[in-house]
Amino acid sequence: MISSEKPSPSLLDHRLPLRWGVPLLLLLVLLPFAAEALGEGFYIGVASRILIFALAATSLNLILGFGGMVSFGHAAFVGIGAYTVGILMQSGVVSGWAAWPAAFVLGGVFACAIGLVSLRTQGVYFIMITLAFAQMLFYLMVSLKPYGGEDGLALPQRSQLGLGIDLASDTQFYFVVLALCVLAFLALQRLLNARFGHVLQGIRENEVRMEALGYPVLRYKLVAFALAGAVAGLAGALLANQGGFVSPALMQWSQSGMLMVMVILGGVGHLLGGLVGAAAFLILEEVLVGYTVHWQMGLGAVLLGVVLLAPNGLMSLLRRGQERA
Amino acid sequence: MATLVLEQMLNGLQFGLMLFLLAAGLTLVFGIMDMINLAHGSLYMLGAYLVASIAAASGSFWVGLGGGVLATAALGALLEVSVLRRLYQRDHLAQVLGTFALLLMANEVVRMLWGSQPLQLNPPPALAGPVELWPGFVYPAFRLFIIGVGLAVALALYLLVTQTRVGMQVRAGASNREMALAMGTNVRRLFTALFALGAALCAVAGGMLGPLLAVQVGMGESILILAFVVIVIGGIGSIRGALLGALLVGVVDTAGRTLIPLLFGQLMGPAAAANAGPAVASILIYVLMAAVLFWKPRGLFPAH
Repeated sequence: MISSEKPSPSLLDHRLPLRWGVPLLLLLVLLPFAAEALGEGFYIGVASRILIFALAATSLNLILGFGGMVSFGHAAFVGIGAYTVGILMQSGVVSGWAAWPAAFVLGGVFACAIGLVSLRTQGVYFIMITLAFAQMLFYLMVSLKPYGGEDGLALPQRSQLGLGIDLASDTQFYFVVLALCVLAFLALQRLLNARFGHVLQGIRENEVRMEALGYPVLRYKLVAFALAGAVAGLAGALLANQGGFVSPALMQWSQSGMLMVMVILGGVGHLLGGLVGAAAFLILEEVLVGYTVHWQMGLGAVLLGVVLLAPNGLMSLLRRGQERA
Repeated sequence: MATLVLEQMLNGLQFGLMLFLLAAGLTLVFGIMDMINLAHGSLYMLGAYLVASIAAASGSFWVGLGGGVLATAALGALLEVSVLRRLYQRDHLAQVLGTFALLLMANEVVRMLWGSQPLQLNPPPALAGPVELWPGFVYPAFRLFIIGVGLAVALALYLLVTQTRVGMQVRAGASNREMALAMGTNVRRLFTALFALGAALCAVAGGMLGPLLAVQVGMGESILILAFVVIVIGGIGSIRGALLGALLVGVVDTAGRTLIPLLFGQLMGPAAAANAGPAVASILIYVLMAAVLFWKPRGLFPAH
C-alpha cells in the first residue's frame, strides 16, 4: 500500500497512478485512430466491450474489494440495465438521455431491494443469497415472452444522444464509453478517499468494531450495494447498445462468476483492479480464440497460474515490480 | 391426479437423493477445509463420462459404473494432491478463481477427449422396463433402482460419519477445524481421502443420472448450483442438513415443474401456463433458499 517515494496520507486512500494512468488514457484515446489507420476497425468494438466490462467489474470491485461484500449476482444488475434500454426501445423510446439514466436508477433500485434482504446474512450465505436473487431475475426474464423470453430482444438501433453524436459509428460510441468510464473511475476514486469510502473500508476490515464506533454499518453497506448496482445497470445499458442484443444470458450466474473472476484476476480492492482484470480476461480470450478452439484450456491454465503465483491479482504484480524498481 | 402426484413425489425423491450424493461431498469439503470448490460439478461430469465410456467399451453398465467410480475417485485424489491442497490456506476468492480455472479446463479436456456431442449411456437391460408397483401404477425400474442406491449410500455415509473413527474425525473437523488438528488428526491424509470419497459420490450420481439426463459438457455447472443451494439450505458442514436440503430441493423442484404449469393452467388459461409456468417453477427453489436464509441465516442445521 505504501509507494516508494512518498507515503500516502492514509492506508485507506487510493491515489490515481498518474505515472502510467495518463499514458494509458492517452493510449485509449489514440486507439481508434490507430485501429482505423491499420484497417482493423473491428478492434474498436472489442475495445468498447472491454471498457464496458471494466465498468461493470469496477462496480463489483466497489462492494467486493472495498466493502468486503462478495456478491455472486452482479450480472443481474447488468441485465436489468440492458433490458431497460431494450424494453424502452421496443416501446419507442430511443433517446439515450432517457434510457441510460433509467438503467442507472433501476439498477440501483433493484440492488437496494435485494441488498435489504441479503445484507442480513454473512460470508458464504451472502454469496448464495445474492446468487438466488440473480437467478430469480434470470428466470423472470426467461418467462417474459413479450420481451423475447429465452431468445432475447434484438435492438433495431443504438440509443440516440443528439448533440451531433452518432452512436451508430463504432468510433463515436467508443469515445462515449471511454468518457463514461473515465468519469466513473474519477468518481470512484473521490468516493473512496472521502469519508464514505474510509468507513466502507473500515467495515471491510472489521465490521463489529465499526458498529461499536457508532457507524450505521448496514446503511453504509446498503448504499454501496445500491451504487454498485446502479453503475452495473449503466454498464448494462452500454452493453446492450454495443451488442445490439439483450437476452437473459446476460444475467446468467456464469456471467456473475465471470465478473467476479475479472475482479479477482485484476486485484480485489485495487482502484484499477476491475479495469486490469476485464482487459486481461477479454484480451486473453480474444487472443486464444484466434489460436485454438480449445481456448478455455489456455484461459484456465493462465487463471490457475495467477492464483498460484500472484495471490493478490495482477495489480499486485505491477506493484511488486514498482517496489523493486 | 393422485398417481401423478405420487409419481412426481417419487421423481423428486430420486432427484433429491442424487443431489444429496453431490451435496454430501461438497458440504464436507466446505465445512472441514473451509474451501469453496466450483470444480465439484466437473467431477460429476467427468464421472458420468468415465462411466459412459467404460460401459460402452465393456458392454456392461455395471462394469462401467464400478470402473468409472474408482477412476473418478483416483482423479479426485490426484486433483487434491496436485492443486487443491495449495488453496486451503487461501481466502475464498482465491479458491473461487482457482477452482473456476479447473472447471474451464475440465470442460475443455472433456471436449478434447470426447468431442462436443452428448454421450449415450443406457440403463442396464434388466432395469430398462417399467414395473407395476401396484395395480394401475407403473414406474420405471431404473428410477426405483436410483432411489435404492441413493438410500443405501445415504445410510452408508451416515454409518461412516457416526459410527467410525474416521467419521468422528470428520465431524470434529467440521465443527472445529483447529481443535481437530490440535488433537492429532492426520489432516493431510484425511483431506485426500475425503476428496476421493466426494469424487466417488459424484461419479455415482453421474452414472445414475447419465441415462436420464444427457451426458454432455456443461452438465456439471447447473447441478453444481443446485448442490450449493442444497448445502446452504441445510447448513454448511452438516450431512443431515445436506440430506434434508437435497430432498426438499429435489421434491420442490420436480413437483413444481409439473404441478405449477397445471395450476397456472387452471387459474389463467393454457397460454399463460405455457409461458410463465416453467420459469416460475425454476424460481421456486431460489425462493425457498432466500426464505430459509431470511429466517435462519446459517441454514437449517448449522454445524459450527
